[in-house]
Parts: sequence; structure tokens; C-alpha cells
Amino acid sequence: MSSRKSKSNNLIQAEYLSRVQRILRERFCHQSPHSNLFGVQVQYKHLIELLKRTAIHGESNSALIIGPQGSGRTMLINHALKDLIEGEEGVKIFGSFAENLSFLLEALKKGDWTSSCPAIFILDEFDLFAHHKNQTLLYNLFDISQFAQTPVAVIGLTRRLDILELLEKRVKSRFSHWQIHLMNSLGFPQYLKIFKEQLSLSAVFPDKIFAEKRNEKVQSLSEDRSVQEVLQKHFNVSKNLRSLHMLLRLALNRVTPSQPFMTAADLTEANQQCSVDSKANIVRGLSVLEICLIIAMKHLNDIYEEKPFNFQMVYNEFQKFVQRRAHSVYNFEKSVVMKAFEHLQQLELIRPLERTSVNTQREYQLMKLLLDNTQIMNALQKYPNCPTDVRQWATSSLNWL
Amino acid sequence: MAYCPTRLRTRQTYSWVDKPLDRKLHYQTYKEMSVKIEGRLPEIDLQVGQFVLIEGDDDENPYVAKLVELFEDDSEPYSKKRARVQWFIRFCEVPVCKQHLLGRKPDAQEIFWYDYPACNSNINAETIIGHVQVVALAPDEVIPMDLKNEKTFFVKLSWNEKKFKPLPPELFAQLDKLQEGNPRCQKSVEARTKSTESPSWTTAERVVKRIESRHSTSKSRQTPSHPVTPRARKRLELSSFPRTHNTRISQQTSWASLESPGRMKRKVAFSEITSPSKRSQPDGPQNSSPALRTPEKAGEIQQCCAEDDKKPSPDGCMILRTRVPALKTTETSEERTLTPIKGGQKSSVVPSVILKPENIKTREAKEPVQDEATSTPHRIRRKSSLLTLNRMRQQLRFLGNSKSDQEEEEFLPVAKISASDSEEEEASTPPLPRRTRSNVSRNLHSSMKSSLQTPSKTPKKTPEPRTPRHATPRIRSRNLAAQEPANVLEEARLRLHVSAVPGSLPCREQEFQDMYNFVESKLLDHTGGCMYISGVPGTGKTATVHEVIRCLQQASQANDVPPFQYIEVNGMELTEPHQVYVQILQRLTGHRATAHHAAELLAKRFRTRGSSRETTVLLVDELDLLWTQKQDIMYNLFDWPTHKEARLVVLTIANTMDLPERLMMNRVSSRLGLTRMSFQPYTHSQLQQILVSRLKHLKAFEDDAIQLVARKVAALSGDARRCLDICRRATEICEFSCQKPDSPGLVTTAHLLEAVEEMFSSSYITAIKNSSVLEQSFLRAILAEFRRSGLEEATFQQVYSQHVALCRMEGLPYPTMSETMAVCSHLGSCRLLLVEPSRNDLLLRVRLNVSQDDVLYALKEE
Repeated sequence: MSSRKSKSNNLIQAEYLSRVQRILRERFCHQSPHSNLFGVQVQYKHLIELLKRTAIHGESNSALIIGPQGSGRTMLINHALKDLIEGEEGVKIFGSFAENLSFLLEALKKGDWTSSCPAIFILDEFDLFAHHKNQTLLYNLFDISQFAQTPVAVIGLTRRLDILELLEKRVKSRFSHWQIHLMNSLGFPQYLKIFKEQLSLSAVFPDKIFAEKRNEKVQSLSEDRSVQEVLQKHFNVSKNLRSLHMLLRLALNRVTPSQPFMTAADLTEANQQCSVDSKANIVRGLSVLEICLIIAMKHLNDIYEEKPFNFQMVYNEFQKFVQRRAHSVYNFEKSVVMKAFEHLQQLELIRPLERTSVNTQREYQLMKLLLDNTQIMNALQKYPNCPTDVRQWATSSLNWL
Repeated sequence: MAYCPTRLRTRQTYSWVDKPLDRKLHYQTYKEMSVKIEGRLPEIDLQVGQFVLIEGDDDENPYVAKLVELFEDDSEPYSKKRARVQWFIRFCEVPVCKQHLLGRKPDAQEIFWYDYPACNSNINAETIIGHVQVVALAPDEVIPMDLKNEKTFFVKLSWNEKKFKPLPPELFAQLDKLQEGNPRCQKSVEARTKSTESPSWTTAERVVKRIESRHSTSKSRQTPSHPVTPRARKRLELSSFPRTHNTRISQQTSWASLESPGRMKRKVAFSEITSPSKRSQPDGPQNSSPALRTPEKAGEIQQCCAEDDKKPSPDGCMILRTRVPALKTTETSEERTLTPIKGGQKSSVVPSVILKPENIKTREAKEPVQDEATSTPHRIRRKSSLLTLNRMRQQLRFLGNSKSDQEEEEFLPVAKISASDSEEEEASTPPLPRRTRSNVSRNLHSSMKSSLQTPSKTPKKTPEPRTPRHATPRIRSRNLAAQEPANVLEEARLRLHVSAVPGSLPCREQEFQDMYNFVESKLLDHTGGCMYISGVPGTGKTATVHEVIRCLQQASQANDVPPFQYIEVNGMELTEPHQVYVQILQRLTGHRATAHHAAELLAKRFRTRGSSRETTVLLVDELDLLWTQKQDIMYNLFDWPTHKEARLVVLTIANTMDLPERLMMNRVSSRLGLTRMSFQPYTHSQLQQILVSRLKHLKAFEDDAIQLVARKVAALSGDARRCLDICRRATEICEFSCQKPDSPGLVTTAHLLEAVEEMFSSSYITAIKNSSVLEQSFLRAILAEFRRSGLEEATFQQVYSQHVALCRMEGLPYPTMSETMAVCSHLGSCRLLLVEPSRNDLLLRVRLNVSQDDVLYALKEE
């Protein structure tokens, strides 16, 4: 009897769990306009006032929303549009510079500010529009916003702080110079609060007790010392919410039915996953021969002070090592070594200096190593079954001379 | 109006009054219909030819139309009782943007003949509300005000979605005829003839142009005139004509319309004027039966006509109306037949003038035929068309125009009447081929029309979907009315918007006067000239030109200066420099052409002597964008005014003062001449004056504040737009900061300074301050590397090693390469750093986009 009860209880638990997972995933993956505005309330108020004046008073406006990536530009505009379009009409144009420009212009110029339906133009990645020939689109949109024709609001979204310098002077003159800056200006306490809010369940969740219990766990998680350390570390790297979502998403993937709550270990693991060095990972998967070649290149770099090298030099360096320690590494034929060298090039761990003439033999093409010394050493430490001789060779080249 | 709301409350029953006139599968034509309204005794009889009100979107103003045909169509899914109508349009139905074309205030009861073939005229008969009186008036007649009957409308003009035109004389006569039964509207015959004799021929000329440009149309229309015997022709017609259900309907339609007596009269009127030259040929000297041409015969025809009218017919009032004038005297009837001829004679200077009435008829011939008639018959006939065209021209030259018209006049009534007489026999009588032929050509024509004309029209009456290519560029009108400004600040903001055009342009009086004098002198002298206007953005160049043009237009209305045409093109609105020709041509003549062709047409226009053409004033904004390698566009623009016949004044605007010297070849700048004008940036006192004049009688700003902003902007750029924008922003800030929304205070210097700060301060420092710890230490590493190497540039690898060292010193965790790379590209995307594309990886070079001092300052501040 009791076992059955616990079984059904388990089922309910599992169902809740999957539901929670779904809610959280949606929160982290989709930019829903329903999510809360964190720290951009002032900017939001500014923007919504501007749009409302276009929509309600028929006043044309133009503005730029400038902020680094992940600072919530699109979220802000979506939020504003959602609030606005409830009562008013709006047009949302994302896309390229269409050739039916004249049609659009004629349409926009026919209207007048009292009777025409206001149009809102949102130009995402605004800086790329500035690269169009003559900036025709921008000129015309701004020009319309300067006349009592169809009321338009032109909102540009961009990351670039120097956006105004990109505009031609006649385009710039027509732009109203209203800028809304989005900076990730939150401090760590706010960051922690957002973290808590993002993991907590809302009151809408059907099972109140379950939700409460979960929220308590989240609360205790956020007070955990190691969790705060992880978050602080993450916060130091990047302050934006998108990277926080990324971290939480990775941690969420480790939640299983047997372990239904996110733990500090999950977060640490996720953080490591976030900050992992991708090239060191590649190095770890190389063969011993390829590792040897990289070490040879490292030595060449040390000796010749970052000057480029070619295959022949690397091969000679490798030969030197093999002659000293013939027993540790098999003396491969030159063609095999060449193959390994080319493989490294394909992995983009080394790259040709520039397009030297096609006639140069492959052995003598100048190359540069795209790995830092510290990276090589770190990778070697983690390299499985690395021969000791090779490891020693990596630490110092001079001993073998 | 009182008659409409009843519609909603009462039930109405529609029924056919008598037997169908003609019966085909799924399709019966009637001439009368009765409407029984519940609770009201006298039934309303609706007859073909009457004017009716039709239920529309607006209950206050139902549509007005003339019944052309009543029929029952079983293939129609919802309502089997259908009607064809000729629409009239009320002034309020004309698109708002076109209403000004009328040029005067419309009278309350004035409607317009809706001359627009693409409009669907097939309606559900059950939407008809009731009778209405429509009186046609000559353009110069005044609408009688003493008639207080609301159910009387007056037609003076026709509207074809492009312009208002006087009613074509034939149409006028026809409308006049119809209204004759109405005693109230009866007018003297003289008045009528007078009015028919004085139509403006511009309409006809326009039609001619249109038709001439459409070779295929005229060709296909001419084909039937190929001299063959009527028999043979008939066979040809039948074989070439696709015998589908639809064509039968159309044929039948024409039959049906002929059969109703009231209609017939109109048909006669129509056919008298339609296509005289064309039809007269085959039946002219060569091959038509001689009997038809004899004068006695013509007399008989008149008789016949009258007799036909006398025939007793079941419908009462309608017949009476049409018959009365015909019976009165032969004189009236003669006069009636004569009036159109006068028109015909006049028009016969250009033979195809008479296509116009055919157009009108086309609309009665209706849509269903259109789609299938478009292709096949036309294609089959094309081969012979050229030949026929030549032959026809020869004949035209040979026969006098008046003669052919005369014959036409004699001949056609016979045709129609014999057709209606022989309706029992059907088909085999000689007139039939002619009728079919006219039918075909009509169909063809209608299809041509519909395909060639851009269907720009009131949306209400077009249920058929339109192709986007022909869509009218228009922004939907708003649902809620724009709100009026609620308080002083909003009012100020409205006035400070750049779009708010002030009554006068302060501080540009001198420029205005110079420009005005220049253009005015050119207008008065009937010569042309160029002017080059330069100045930095926001100094009022375009505004001044607009103002000059506005004043000149007022002056020309007061007859102080000769009338002129004003065209504006903007180099920025073109996708390609050569498009400027297209734009100019389109605004000048309304034609569309390719750039190359348009250039030729324009050159022809401006280089040849036009007959007393009015001067054209052309404004070319952003001239520098019309620069091409060969500079042919600029050359042409400045070359045209030098021709005496061109009468072209070109005003060009650009930003740079030395554009002619810098950019133009000698031969271009020489033609531009030395009439230059340069707009200096506004000084602070001028800017202040501009602001004060805009904010006249509106106490929203402190005086000091205005002076401050004027000085700030004058020091920066002298751009009036900036000045206005700053003030506008300041009103907003003021509104935000002040808590009581009803009584916001004045805009102070503090508000303005905040606005200036917001608009012009660079945000780099705040951006650095708000960046993450790792980003800040990366910036520090860059500074350290720069200091170490003494260069302003470093590779990523060098910075990375500095970065690692820095992090170790500050106790930060070891930054991996990937993390650091992300940080670097992040800073690069904000343009705090200038970085190479990231495929260079370790070797990518990094530079600061901000000065080192700024970075240090921003980093120290913590």
C-alpha cells in the first residue's frame, strides 16, 4: 500500500519536475517579452514615451538604442512593442534594403500626420544599414521623420558606440540624435537576485507546496558560498544576462529525476564548461607525433623570437630530439611527419604566414603557431599517456643540445 | 439622409415584374423589378436605365448608380438576382488625397460619373434601396439650389481616379435624355444643346493619346474593317470567336440590352457616336447594301425609331419618360441625333477619338467576358492588323471625315433597329455579324483597358484582388485620431518639431528674396536658368526653396506671375543616378519609361519648341549623388535650360560649396553658370531668433535656456535641426523630472544641459565603467602592452600574456584563451577596441578606439 503510494507520489514528482524543467528552459532559451526588465526601467520608460508619442500624437521620431551584446536591446524593443500594440497598430520591419524603395517612399509621403496610421521602423543591427550605398534607406526614413507626412518612428538597434560617426553628415543632420544607452550596470548583489528570480517558480505553478519547497531550495542555493563564488567568477567574465542564462542552461541539463535540484557542483561544472579553452581541448586529442611537432615549434619560437618557421625547420628540430631519445619516439619517415604537419594546419593550430607564391614547396612555406606557450604546457599536463621524455623535452629544449 | 436607416429595420422583397426578356441557361434578363417593403404599400419598381441608390458601407451615403441591366444568374452562389450598374461617385468617396483635384468646393448634392472600367459593376440586385433622381448639368451651369429634394443629385463631371473631367458630350446627352421625364429637372432644349456643344475637348485628346500609344488595341479594333462581305466576315468571326459559355452570355447581354425599349433609345444614342470611322468603312462605299445609305432610308429610320417608341409596352413610367420627347416633334429627335454628330465632326480630326464612348459602353458590356476575351481573338487577328491599319488610313484620307460621319449617322440607327426588330428570328440577319463584331471589339477593348490601366481606385468598390504591382502606395489611415497636445510642453514640442513648417523663415530673408527674384524673373521672361545652392545640412536650403515655390504658386494663382509647373527630385531617393530621368518624366507627364527612354523623351521635350508651354521649375536636391563617370546627367540637367524653348528653371542643392569646381567637368560647370547661393551655418543669434519665432506666445522655456542652446549649437554645427531636437528633448526631460503632470514648469538651463549631454557626450567612458572585471583588466593589459612596446598596436598574443600576468597579480582566476578572446571580440563589437577579423586568432592586431587617457580615467574612477 505504502509502496504504491510512494510510487504514485514519484510519478507526480516526475511530472512536476519535467514541467519545471520546461518552464526554466523556456525562460533561458527564448527571449520572451514577458520576462522582467532588469535594470533598464529608465531606458524602457524613455523608449515607450517616444513610441507612444508617435502612435498617439502622430509625431515622427527617431532614436538609437545602443548597448553591448546581451544587454537586452531586442528584449527592450519587444517589450515596448508588446505594450504598445495592444492599443495601437504597429509595423515591424526586419530585413534588407529592398529595391521597392520608391514604392515605400511614395506610400509614406502620401500620408499626413493627422490621418495616417503611424509606422514604427525597427532597424536591428543598425550599423550594417549604414554600410549601404549612400545610406539611402536611412536618409529617406529620417527624412520622412522630419516632415509632417506619415508619422514614423525609426528605431535603430546597434552595439557600436561610434555609430554616429558612421552616418553621412546629411543623414546625421536628419537623425534626431536621441540615444538610449543600455549598459550592463548591475552590481553583483543584483546579479545574485536575478539568478534567484530566474530559478524560482512563479505563483502560477499549480502545486503551491511544491513550488514553495523548490523556491526555498533556490534560496538556500543562492546563499551557498561556493555557488556565490562560481557566480562571482562568471560575473567577472561577463555581466550580461545572456551569459547567465547560458550558465543556468548548462547546469539545468545535469538535473535528473534522482537529483531533482540544481547543486553547487552542477554550477561549478557548468562554469568550467563555459570557460574551457577550446584549443587546449584540441591539443589533447592529438597524436604523440603531432604533439612532438608542436613542441618543436614552440622551441623554434623561443629560439627565433616568434619568427615564422617552415616544415623543414620543424622536422630538423624533431630529428634532433629523436636522435637523442630514439627509444621514446619512433623515427617516422619524413612523409609521415609531413602528413602530421598538414593535419595541424587543417586544425588551424598553425597557419601559413600569408599567401606566399604558389610555387613555394610545401616544406619551405612559412608558418606561424597559433598556440601560446602556456596553452601548450597546460594541454601537455592533461595529455593522457604522454611519454616522460616528451614532457621533459617540452619544458626545456636547451638541455638536449 | 432619411431614406437609409429604414433599410436596417424593414424587410424587403425583391421580385421580377414580368417574364424574362431572354432566357439562356442559368441566365435570364429582365427589364423591371419590384421591391416590396414591409409596411409600405406602393411597391418600388426598378427599371433598367433608372438611377438607383445602392446599399453601401455608409448608411448615410448610399452609393448612387444607374441600372444598366437586370438579370438572374443561376451560377451566382448567393444571390441570383443580379444587376449591372454604372456607378456614380460622391465627393466623399473620392480618396482624400485626390479631393483637391476638383479645385473647388463640391455642392452638397453633387456626384461624379465614375469613369473607371476596372470597377466591378456587377452587383447583387437586392442591395438596391430605391430610386433617385440624377440630373446632368453642363460644367458651367450652377446647381439649382431651390430644389430641396434630397433625392436629386447633380452630375457635372466625371472622375476616373486620376482627374475630374467634364462629362463627354455623348454621355451628357444620354444622361440628359434620361432625366427628361422628370418635370422638375426639365430644361430648355437650347440649354441642353448648348451644353452638349461646349464640352472641353481635353478629355477626347487624352483618350486619343492613350489609344495611340496602345497599338495593339487599335489594331485589333481595326481588323473587322477588313473589306470582306458581311457573310464571310460573320463566319470568320464565329470561327475565331471562342464559343464558350461566357461569350454567349456577353452576346446575350447585348441582345438583352437592345431589347428593352428604354435601353434601346440609349443604344441608339450610343451607337451614333461610337466608332464612326471604323464602322463606316466596311459598310461604306464598297460593300454595304446600298439601300442602307439612301437618305430616304435614313428618314425611315427616324420613323422607325419613333414607331418603335410608340409600341405599347408593359412598363409604365419608364416608357413614358423616354417616349415623350421622341413623340413631341421630329425636330427634337433630329436635334438629338444631330448633337452627337457635331461632336463627331469635331473629334474626327483624329479618327480614333470616338473610342471614348465605346469605353463607356465597355463598362456596360461587363466583366465576366473580360478574362477569356483577352487573349484568343486578339491573337488570331493580329496578322492582318498592320495591313488593315494602312488600308484604313488611306481610306480615311480618301473619304472626308465629315462624310464618313454622315454615313455613320445614317447607317447605325438602322443597324440597331433592324437588330431589335429581328429579335425573334435571331442570328441570321445581316446586322448580326456587326453586332458580334462590335461585341468582340468591345470585349477586347475592355480587356485591354483593364490590363493597361493601373487600377487605382477607391477600395470600397473593388472586391477583386489586385496584383501588388499595381497597388497604390498608400498608408492605411489610423483608427484613433491623433491626440491634440494637452499642455504647454506638448504644444511646444509640436512646434519645435522640424516638420512644423513656420509661416515664414526667419533669418533667411535675404536668400529667400534672391531666390524669389531669380525664379520670378525667369518666369516672367519665359526663359530658363540654373541656380546652385550650397550649404551644410540643416541650414534651411530645401525649406527656403519650398517657401519660394509656395509664394510663387500663390502669386501665379493671383496672376502676378505666369503659371508654372513644379517638380522635385531628390538624389537620395534614387537607387541609381539615371533614375532621375524616370522620376522627372513621371512627375512631368505621368508616363513611366525606362531611364534611357525617359532621357530621350525629356531631351526631346526640352529641346523642341512646345506650343506655349508653361515654365517648369525643377528642384534637384542632393545633386552630388547624380554624379556619374560621364557626368551626363548633370550635363543634361544644366544643358536643357539653355534651350530657349525648354523654359526650364533648375534649382540644384548640395552640401559642398565647391562642388562645381571639384566634381564637375568644365563643360558641365560652365553650363551651370555663376548663379550660386550659399547658405551659411546659422549664428547663435539667428538660432535664437528661430527658436523664439517658433515659440511665439508660448512660455515654455526660460530665456537663458534658449540662448544657451543657441550658443551650444552654433558653436557645434549651426544646424537648426539639432537646435530644435535639443529643445524637444529638453521639454521631455522637463516633463519627466516634474512630478505634477498638469502644470509642468519651465524648461530650464539644467534640462537643456542634460539634453545636450545626452545627445553629444560620448558614451565610451560609461561603457568602460560598466564593463565586466575581465574586460576592464583586458583593457589594462592593452595599456600595459602599449607602454611596454611603445606602439599603439599590439597582437592579441602579446596582450594575452600581459593579461594573464595582470590577473595573477590581482588574484583573479586564470583566464583561458577562449574567454579572453570572447572578451576581446566583445570589446571590439562595441568599438571600444579596433580589432582585425578574428580568423587571425592569436595574431590579430588590437588597437584602442578611445584615447589611453580616457581609458585610464574610466578605470581609475572606482
